[in-house]
Amino acid sequence: MYILAIDWLFIIEKLILIALIVTLCMIVAMYATYGERKVAAYIQDRYGPNRAGPLGILQPLADGGKLFFKEEVVPLASSKILFVLGPMLAMVTALITSAVIPWGTALSIGKNTIPLQVADINIGVLYIFAVVSVGVYGIMIGAWASNNKFSLISGVRAASQMVSYELALGLSLIAVLMVSGTMQMSEIVSLQQQHGWNVLYQPFGFLIFFICAMAECNRTPFDLPEAENELNMGYHQEYSSMKLGFYLFAEYINMFMSGILMATLFWGGYDIPFVDETKLAAGIGQNWVAFLSFSMLMIKACFSVFLFMWIRWTIPRFRFDQLMHLGWKRLVPLALLNMLITAAVVLWLNK
Amino acid sequence: MGVQLTKRAKPVDRRPMTWLESLYLWNIMKGMAVTIKHFFSRKVTIQYPEEKRSYSDVFRGLHILNRDEEGRERCTACGLCAVACPAEAISMEAAERKPDEEHLYREEKYAARYEINMLRCIFCGLCEEACPKDAIYLSKTHAPANYHRKGFIYKKEDLLIPNPLTEPEEYKKALGTIKREPKS
Ligand code: SF4
Ligand code: SF4
Repeated sequence: MYILAIDWLFIIEKLILIALIVTLCMIVAMYATYGERKVAAYIQDRYGPNRAGPLGILQPLADGGKLFFKEEVVPLASSKILFVLGPMLAMVTALITSAVIPWGTALSIGKNTIPLQVADINIGVLYIFAVVSVGVYGIMIGAWASNNKFSLISGVRAASQMVSYELALGLSLIAVLMVSGTMQMSEIVSLQQQHGWNVLYQPFGFLIFFICAMAECNRTPFDLPEAENELNMGYHQEYSSMKLGFYLFAEYINMFMSGILMATLFWGGYDIPFVDETKLAAGIGQNWVAFLSFSMLMIKACFSVFLFMWIRWTIPRFRFDQLMHLGWKRLVPLALLNMLITAAVVLWLNK
Repeated sequence: MGVQLTKRAKPVDRRPMTWLESLYLWNIMKGMAVTIKHFFSRKVTIQYPEEKRSYSDVFRGLHILNRDEEGRERCTACGLCAVACPAEAISMEAAERKPDEEHLYREEKYAARYEINMLRCIFCGLCEEACPKDAIYLSKTHAPANYHRKGFIYKKEDLLIPNPLTEPEEYKKALGTIKREPKS
């Protein structure tokens, strides 16, 4: 279907895919809040929310409804446009990471095969770097616009923390790129399908990536920008109603996306372990395999999210000096070392 | 080290962290092992409206003014409970029984007004022990919340047990909440 030399079918297909992915992220974020409360409760020997619906399943809806009906307060002395821009930016940057993720094997509808990936660009990893770096602006702008000292401190903390951990994050990723030799996300996954998961070659890289991802998501023990007891919720402080909801949602989406990223880069993406997808597709059909592989990716991501929560409810927050110490004096050198060793081994094997 | 009460005190280890320790990994993993154990352990929550925590056998709660088998009030307004009360929560006014009131009051003198201030009361149960007429008992219920202080001053009507002749069901129920059966 070409009109005006534009492939409209392609555009419609991508739009539907985008809508689905955004919906998925929203639902996951909603239930991540529920999951968080459940995990926290179980770790503290409680049951957690269990009144709204069976097992408390409807709790996120109740929470969301509450947030919607709260009063929107915009502080008098805030910069209005930036104040609204902050949460929007946080949300958008959290969501657009999903564009380059391969969510599963391709679907086949009629004669067409539809890859479950919005944009299979050949610089996927770079794109993710870029988006992650922009992520800090949501927090910084919101914090600045609030015109509140605590928020400002939190914004500065967030910026310094993200910048320091991005470095180690990037270095640990470079090692992965050297192993796989490509920046295309779909390529990275299919290479892992053939040669085994990257985590086998890059266990240290994964560990560093995991720690840095946690810092990038502002999760405890790295939740210094929020720091309830020091900064009164930091950059959240002046926000209310759905603007606050956006920040909270963005945090959970970020968490989910980093789970997905870790799965894609290190744990084989949508690869079902010990199963040959092409053979399986011959058996049960292409679409079922797509569904199964997508579920596999979700399981891997959800496990990472659980790990995040598990760590959050285990340990307290770092002090700021500890944070910087860990970032600059431990993770960066380790990541560098990891990179150098990987480079040497790759060179030696390729001779 | 100054006074030592137990032998369990451990001096704080102030050695600087080694390089590996300063990665925090091992210690965090130890912590995670602890929390995951709790994740699967038995939950301590009591699901309140469905499940209620049982009172101890010697629990002392709201007072009940007792009646005898014929439904007559037992209290004779002797004031011993008020004297015994360490919190001075009880106050009363006595009145003389008229000849046509014999079915209402057991003794010749009765309490026309009998009030306990539940905000003062410490539920010590001394009133119950002081009473020579088996008239006051502490039940196994507690005073519900109220919006006003006035609401915590319980009148005779609030305290009296239901009449066994006219409301036998309620009487039985109220009797069940008393911690031990009246002597007779
Ligand atoms: S229970 Fe104790 S404090 Fe309460 S009224 Fe009786 S004697 Fe007074
Ligand atoms: S309750 Fe018992 S002790 Fe108190 S005034 Fe009545 S008879 Fe006397």
